[in-house]
Amino acid sequence: MILEVQGLTVQFPTRRGTLTAVDSISFSIAPGEVLGVVGESGAGKSITGLAIIGLLEPPGRIAAGEVRLEGRRIDHLRHEEMRKIRGRRIGVIFQDPLTSLNPLYTIGQQLEETILTHLPMGRNAARERALSLLREVGIPAPEARYGSYPHHFSGGMRQRVVIALALAAEPRLLIADEPTTALDVSIQAQIIALLKRLAGERGAAVMLITHDMGVIAETAQRVAVMYAGRIVEIGPVRDVIHSPRHPYTVGLMGSIPKIGTREKRLVQIDGAMPRLNAIPPGCAFNPRCPRRFARCLAERPELLSAGSSRAACWLHAST
Amino acid sequence: MILRDFWEHDLAWSFRRSPVTIVAAALTLICVGAAFLSPWISPQDPFDAAALDLNAAFKPPAWVEGGESAFLLGTDNQGRDILSTIMHGARISLGVGLASVVFALVLGLSLGLLSGYLGGRVDAVIMRVADVQLSFPAILIALLIDGVARVALPSERHDDIAIPVLVLAIGLAGWVHYARTVRGSTMVEKEKEYVQAARVIGRRPLAIMLSHVLPNVMGPVLVIGTIHIATAIITEATLSFLGVGVPATRPSLGTLIRVGNEFLYSGEWWITVFPGVALVILVLSVNLLGDWLRDALNPKLR
Amino acid sequence: MHLLKLQSVSRDFDVSRPWLNRVIEHEPRRILRAVDRVSFEILKGETLALVGESGCGKSTVARLIAGLYAPTEGRIEFRGRRLQMIFQDPYASLNPRWRVHKIIAEPMMFLNGGKPVADLLVQVGLSPDDADRYPHEFSGGQRQRISIARALAGEPELLICDEPTSALDVSVQAQILNLMAELQERLGLTYLFISHNLAVVSLVADRVGVMYLGRIVEMANASDLFARPRHPYTRMLLDAVPDLDMSGKSRTPVAGEVPNPLAPPAGCAFHPRCPHANARCQAEVPRFLDGVACHAVEEGRI
Repeated sequence: MILEVQGLTVQFPTRRGTLTAVDSISFSIAPGEVLGVVGESGAGKSITGLAIIGLLEPPGRIAAGEVRLEGRRIDHLRHEEMRKIRGRRIGVIFQDPLTSLNPLYTIGQQLEETILTHLPMGRNAARERALSLLREVGIPAPEARYGSYPHHFSGGMRQRVVIALALAAEPRLLIADEPTTALDVSIQAQIIALLKRLAGERGAAVMLITHDMGVIAETAQRVAVMYAGRIVEIGPVRDVIHSPRHPYTVGLMGSIPKIGTREKRLVQIDGAMPRLNAIPPGCAFNPRCPRRFARCLAERPELLSAGSSRAACWLHAST
Repeated sequence: MILRDFWEHDLAWSFRRSPVTIVAAALTLICVGAAFLSPWISPQDPFDAAALDLNAAFKPPAWVEGGESAFLLGTDNQGRDILSTIMHGARISLGVGLASVVFALVLGLSLGLLSGYLGGRVDAVIMRVADVQLSFPAILIALLIDGVARVALPSERHDDIAIPVLVLAIGLAGWVHYARTVRGSTMVEKEKEYVQAARVIGRRPLAIMLSHVLPNVMGPVLVIGTIHIATAIITEATLSFLGVGVPATRPSLGTLIRVGNEFLYSGEWWITVFPGVALVILVLSVNLLGDWLRDALNPKLR
Repeated sequence: MHLLKLQSVSRDFDVSRPWLNRVIEHEPRRILRAVDRVSFEILKGETLALVGESGCGKSTVARLIAGLYAPTEGRIEFRGRRLQMIFQDPYASLNPRWRVHKIIAEPMMFLNGGKPVADLLVQVGLSPDDADRYPHEFSGGQRQRISIARALAGEPELLICDEPTSALDVSVQAQILNLMAELQERLGLTYLFISHNLAVVSLVADRVGVMYLGRIVEMANASDLFARPRHPYTRMLLDAVPDLDMSGKSRTPVAGEVPNPLAPPAGCAFHPRCPHANARCQAEVPRFLDGVACHAVEEGRI
């Protein structure tokens, strides 16, 4: 396992009490595997990513749980140590390529800086490596574009450069937070394919955070569905999408419009995800769940075995 | 219409919440009240030459040895009660400060809105005028206006027009800051979809500027305004010193400070210090009140 | 009978650098043709969708119809009495300083009478108590409902929807799309639906127009378009949509990126990315025939 997260809890102390943004989640990612983390706004998926790479904005903090990278704990490291790990062993791709790249430096300079920071090699070797990375991510004529600035590139090209930067130091774990959301659908497809191929070739583990189930279907082998800071379902992508076991996942899949269906009305989950300061006791989804019963209001369900997936739902309790 | 929306009970609630603001408001009220009611409540009318007694000159404050309780803060070189001169002076300072700020605000707000919303030639012309004007210091503008006024009017009228001319001058010197700020905010708001929605609904540009854009760009303007009051009072003092401001027969706080300064080193510190303290209290309270007002008027912070 | 008709409508934007820069650097004027000779009709009661990627001009077409821009060429004929628009960004489309009842009531200024605001709120799934609140107290989905209520207050025949659900979560999107379908049925509305999301379009549209670099490249009934796309760009777009069914069917890999709209390719704008392009495609702009603008289709090559 490259990444193991156990019981991770992220909290934000505020004047009016402590808000729990991520509530005791556990998952792992094997080498070469892409795990999709899907959920709507406020579900806590981005915060999970930030917690893993140590970029939580204070006063947010990891209140409980462990994060292990290749067996070694990283959640309690100091800033300096974490900084060395970020970039070298964990690569990160954020949503907006415009702000992920420094507009004042050429892409060549930014790539070289990352390579030289993390790998022991000379400037010329770094340049060669940077060029080969650019070629790998599909930038045409990389030598000519080496000295260009980010604003000379289109959105899709910029995101390719960001991927090159993330891969520059040969990380074991890649965290991609909505990497294709800001891109057009035709470019999105290109970037997804690229990410999948490069990660597979390197045997890196990928944590793909997105709200778009379609992207998950194309890219991931397993998927974790998050709701109100918890994982409500986790399992192989095919199973979660085609036979969801948690009522929220069922509702979510039903609300996604698909080309070619004859249905003219979408499945609708009434209400909205609870705010962090108003999470109901028991199962967080219970107020909106068409299948709730007494136990749902009282006890928070653990992830229970349901077919080849696991779902946090009392419907799957074995008694 | 806009005012009705702003003035609900939420304002009073947020007011009660902040002790700093309550103190600031109380002080402002005292200062302003004392200032404007001064003709009726001041212990002495310092500008009635007949009532002055030169023997009472240079009396220290009442709690210092040699002072009298009739002259609570002491007297100046002509026997005028300092407390009374402060009250009357504050009245003039405040009056000129407020009036010129209101004038600058209204002018700057209007021109800024027009410039930002209409763009094109209107914007270009207004901004060029603003640029040109910024190259003249307020003092020069005031001198210019005053000079024109003196030439145009017979000399008996000079004292009457001194204050309106002063307000005009300081106002004209200050509108550009408001206009620039409002123009920037207007240009941002104009692109937002609620403005486009109003256009699709069929509202006219003037209606959109006043009912949609104005409430959203007002906030910073009010804060600038309160800070501007202090600047205006200080500018007025400077102008009075140069002889183009308030005539010396009816001095403002600024003038009192300046005049009293001459006596500082001969030991009669109270003649300049008390007007100075009064000015500081006044300006500080107004600024704090302005801060509260800006926050209270922002629905998002409630 | 058509409710709306566009005849060869074009819209240019002057994005030239300022005059001084142009003179010094010897640069010509730069004109961006955002919409290029677009023609179509919308029939009463139907939903016409315009779909395409960023920069294709679909939002500009919406704004031209809404009257926010004037066409540089061509004619727009609206046979109804009123049209309204809902926008993409639920956070920017409502005036943050206005209460909900004022926002919703605004279009009614131009009507005689109109429905009570409470009724409109209930119609879009909100509560009459929400009328006294401010926009920031609502979630994105609720704000879109308020926008819809505002549009309905104007009693429009045509509703232009510019990416109304693109900024919303998928489950909230489902609620809003269901609401819009229900309202269309109940009130007999006609929709012009702008979106980049083909799946959403397949759900809501009766007819679909595909746009690329300012031109309509294909226009067909929704069922025909999705089952048998003819234009190579339409095929490419459909292939690029992630396959939730994971059927594993093979898809043509997508090539290249949208070119700079300031320097569109000669001839057919899509030819640099088209697997079927020939010499004629590079030189001659294809005419819009029988619902498609493509030489290869015209020549029977595909």
